[in-house]
Amino acid sequence: MIVADKKPIEEIIKEIESYNRVLILGCNECVTVCEAGGKKEVGILASALRMYFLNQGKDVKIDEVTLERQCDHEYLEEIRDRVDKYDAVLSLACGVGVQFMAEKYQTLPVYPGVNTCFLGVTEKRGLWTERCQACGKCILAKTAGICPVSRCAKRILNGPCGGSTNGKCEISKEVDCAWQLIIDRLKALGKMDDYENIIPLKDWSTDRAGGPRKVAREDVQL
Amino acid sequence: MRLNYPTNIKIIRVPCTGKVDILHILRAFEKGADGVYAVGCMEGECHYNSGNLRARKRIEQAKKILDTIGVGGERVQMRNLSSAEGPRFAQYASEMDELIRKLGPNPIKLASKKKAA
Repeated sequence: MIVADKKPIEEIIKEIESYNRVLILGCNECVTVCEAGGKKEVGILASALRMYFLNQGKDVKIDEVTLERQCDHEYLEEIRDRVDKYDAVLSLACGVGVQFMAEKYQTLPVYPGVNTCFLGVTEKRGLWTERCQACGKCILAKTAGICPVSRCAKRILNGPCGGSTNGKCEISKEVDCAWQLIIDRLKALGKMDDYENIIPLKDWSTDRAGGPRKVAREDVQL
Repeated sequence: MRLNYPTNIKIIRVPCTGKVDILHILRAFEKGADGVYAVGCMEGECHYNSGNLRARKRIEQAKKILDTIGVGGERVQMRNLSSAEGPRFAQYASEMDELIRKLGPNPIKLASKKKAA
C-alpha cells in the first residue's frame, strides 16, 4: 500500500486558516490502513480544527467526508454536488488523491493533510517500512523476492557492497543489508547457484528517470 | 463505604478503557466538558491484556492535540486503580475536580457561548 504519515496540525492550520468553509476529505484505502487519513483521522482532525478556530473567535465551517478512494473518477464524482459549499478541501488521501481531486475540481483549492512517504508494508501496528519503489521493471524473480532497488541504500543490483557488516547496512545499524537478506533467502531456498548469475545493467527508463510514467492497456480500455 | 466525590463528574461506563478513543475525548471538549479522565485497571492487570495501555497512549495523543489547539493537554488525565479501591476512585475524582478548577473552564465552552451571544 501507499504509506503516509500525519502532518502536524500547526502546518494544516496555516494552510487553511484563510478559508471559512473547509471540507476534510478522507480516503478509505491505504491511508486508512496506515492510520493517517481514514474516517477516524478525518474525525479527529475536524474536531481539533473546529475547536481551534472557535477558540480563535473565527467562524469556520469544517465538514467531514470520507470517500472509498480518491484516485478514481467515480468516487470523486460523489461530492460534485456539494463542493460548491466549500472554499477549500483538505484531502487526507495520498499525493495521488490530492492531485486527482485538484485536477477534477479546477477552481477549488485543495491542500494535502498528510505526507505521502512510500510503498510499504505494515510490519506491526504503528510501524510501516518500504518495500517497493515502483521502478517499472520488477527484478524480484532474480533476487529471491527481496528488492535491492527499494531496500539497498545504493540500489546495487549485484551486491552486497563493502559497507555490509554483520547483515546490516553502513548507513545505519538498524537497516538490514538487502543483499544479506537476499543471500540468506537464496540459501534457504537452495538456490545459491542463482547468486552466480550477474544481473545486467537495469533499464531505468521505466523508473522516474524517464519522466512521469503511464500504463496504457488497450485490452481493457473501452 | 459511603464515600463522597464531586457531583460535577459524569461517569461514562465502557467495557474497558481500551474502548476510549481520541475522538471520544475531543468530542467531549467540543461539547463543553472542562476535563476528561479515564480510570482504567492497574497496568499489567487488564482483563483484555492491553486495553489500559492503549488508553494511556490515546490520552497522550489527545493531550498533544489539545495543547496544539490551545485547549490545554492538562485537562486530560489517565488514572489506574483496581476495582476494589473505592477510596482511591473518590480520591482521583477529587484530585481531578481540584485540577480542573485550577485550570478554569474549557475555553471552547466560553468561545461557543460568545459565538451564540
